[in-house]
Amino acid sequence: MLYREAGQFKSSYVADQAIFPIAQDRVVVIGVLVFAFAVVPFIADEYWLQAVIIPFLIFSLAAIGLNLLTGYAGQLSLGTGAFMAVGAYATYKITTNIPEINILLVFLLAGLITAAVGLVFGLPSLRIKGFYLAVATLAAQFFILWLFNKVGWFYNYFPSGTITAPPRTVFGIMVTGPEASAEVRYLVSLAIVVIFALAAKNLVRGRIGRSWMAIRDMDIAAEIIGIRPLQTKLLAFAISSFYCGVAGAMMVFLWLGSAETEAFDVFVSFQVLFMIIIGGLGSILGSFLGAAFITLVPIFLTNAPAMFNVNIPIDLAKHLEEIIFGGMIVYFLIVEPNGFARLWQIGKQKLRRWPFPY
Amino acid sequence: MKIRNLSLALLGVAMAWIGATTGTLLAQNEQFFPMLVYRTGPYAPNGIPSANGFRDYYALLNARDGGINGVRIVSEECETKYNTKIGVECYEKLKNKGMTALINPFSTGITYQLIPKAPVDKIPILSMGYGRTAAADGRVFKWIFNFPTSYWSQASAFIRYVGKQEGGMKELKGKKIAHVYHNSAYGKEANPTLEVLSKKFGYDLKLLAVDHPGQEQKATWLQIRRYRPDWIFMSGWGVMNQVAIKEAAAINYPMDKFVGNWWSGTETDVIPAGDRAIGYKSATFNGAGAKWKVHEDILKYVYNGDEARARDNNWGEVLYNRTLVNAMFGVEAVRTAMGRYGNKAMTGEQVRWGLENLDVTPKRLKELGMAGMTRPVKVSCADHETSGPVIFQQWDGKQWKMVSGWFKPMRDVVRPMIEKAAAAYAKENNITPRDC
Repeated sequence: MLYREAGQFKSSYVADQAIFPIAQDRVVVIGVLVFAFAVVPFIADEYWLQAVIIPFLIFSLAAIGLNLLTGYAGQLSLGTGAFMAVGAYATYKITTNIPEINILLVFLLAGLITAAVGLVFGLPSLRIKGFYLAVATLAAQFFILWLFNKVGWFYNYFPSGTITAPPRTVFGIMVTGPEASAEVRYLVSLAIVVIFALAAKNLVRGRIGRSWMAIRDMDIAAEIIGIRPLQTKLLAFAISSFYCGVAGAMMVFLWLGSAETEAFDVFVSFQVLFMIIIGGLGSILGSFLGAAFITLVPIFLTNAPAMFNVNIPIDLAKHLEEIIFGGMIVYFLIVEPNGFARLWQIGKQKLRRWPFPY
Repeated sequence: MKIRNLSLALLGVAMAWIGATTGTLLAQNEQFFPMLVYRTGPYAPNGIPSANGFRDYYALLNARDGGINGVRIVSEECETKYNTKIGVECYEKLKNKGMTALINPFSTGITYQLIPKAPVDKIPILSMGYGRTAAADGRVFKWIFNFPTSYWSQASAFIRYVGKQEGGMKELKGKKIAHVYHNSAYGKEANPTLEVLSKKFGYDLKLLAVDHPGQEQKATWLQIRRYRPDWIFMSGWGVMNQVAIKEAAAINYPMDKFVGNWWSGTETDVIPAGDRAIGYKSATFNGAGAKWKVHEDILKYVYNGDEARARDNNWGEVLYNRTLVNAMFGVEAVRTAMGRYGNKAMTGEQVRWGLENLDVTPKRLKELGMAGMTRPVKVSCADHETSGPVIFQQWDGKQWKMVSGWFKPMRDVVRPMIEKAAAAYAKENNITPRDC
């Protein structure tokens, strides 16, 4: 009824190639963005921003990064945590050595460094595929974290091996460090995520994204039609790592404030992988939905007993949370193996044909 | 299809409902103590006795004295699994739930996360014998307190102990000491001190890291077999301690040369290894056993005389006693603040003043029923650590027994290191040290 595209004609190629060809979609997306930028900072308190929304945004970005590599280019990676660590440590090294550089620029530089590291660890992808590649990237995960733990230079020889986000301003407003307000950190994270999500969306609709998908679907066929596998795969690794690196930098500088390598352990890699599997492989929207599921549902479950005034011991509550969360993952994967993005697509189709769905 | 849509809709509703979580604020005349605990996960063996100690001390004060000078104590637990990210979430959730006195993170990793937040949120951190050692410099770390003593002081006291056992500090030359540590901010804390002292006294030092969670240590102990250290020092926590003691027993390492730090020496650490753990030593700054007046009172007021139930709740174990001491320090700081600001619930700023002016005298310890359970402490503006002495205890198969006198840390070595590290932190974070 509301969601009907009858009467929306496209009279130019530009209109036909729009990201959101249906007017209702555009309205919803713009509405969400306006709400996120203009309303959320005023209605959300510090707990919400700091413990719920900022981590959700950061993991969304990491999930988009991994989705480009795994969902679009078909290269399974378990090194996400390590690439995020590279971004975080690179940002730390650059900004403590040259404090004059704008911190947002430092994020991008750190992203480029991560991209270079990703390139190196993407090299084996030409020869090894699938699960074997996952094992090779797992090596990256352990090697990089070991390196950051072992070599004092990376954490400025700090006795405990912890990196701390120093205070930095952008246009006179404190963005990182303890003095930066949660609202500012939220807005900066949101802006970065929106820009990067838009870039990713356009990337996968264009030549590069199509060549990634060709490689994913059948690399021999892709090679025959003229796609060069080495360049394409390495590009996927580089861009994916760039995204993960920026997400890692945001994790330390906009969310946690300080971190040791443990914050980027293999569990983070798995978490991001689960996000894209549950959200939907090969979908930008799916990255957001998956990140929302994995980061928000445990917080909801932790707080649920208190909300319903149920008094259960805290350790039992934690165990119940883990059981229910695991059950939900299994349930959703059975109901829709292609993830939330596919679920949303089905719902959309139904709405369009409503009230006569078939 | 219906099920799919229904489940998605349900999820949406559930998400929207999280909004109801921000609970109501507690009454203003109650003093709130947030508690970050870990009763699940690989650190639960140590997390449970620690959490119980805090809980029972607060319950005792409420039941026996009606709180602190008439102000009731309220506390709420939040499960962190010893995970820094969940710990930060817990902190954000609890910090505004009432008149927060102070926070005991009970995890070095979480302490590191909270240190920059403390001056902004105006909530002091009492990281008793853990956390960032450099925080001992009160000129830079105005809001952080780590008395009665710190990791670096402890490491220097350990070396002094070894020197005494070997028959003089000169005998340390050429000796081999291994440090088995949890590969995290916590475990690494002692390394710089051990390194500096190895240059000073000429012993050979080997650093052996054990990765989280510490269940797999075969490689580490193989290295120890090759290296044949004269002494082993361990900075472990949680399940890592049990595994390490079992591994040491498996290679027949002489247990009386294996010394844990004060987080690696409680009943749950040694019992799994059975009789083979006999002789294992650890540092500590509090006594073990349920033999003080405070234990009698807890038995009477909290457990209604039911000793079996009290024992089930770790009553009298090393870590339980240590968190009794920790809770006592926090409460006494609030009491000190009340002495200046009046008998009502204190704000974080007032408690910070109380911590800085805390003076737990031997007389006060006796009044609290803890005479001899720990040492008196006097905090000052510049020194948040107080370089308290360390004692060594040994497991005899049934209980922990003190086997040494109190060892003074080497303040002449440790304090300059603390000041240097604090100055580096101040420079990196644009903090101007205050005058003390």
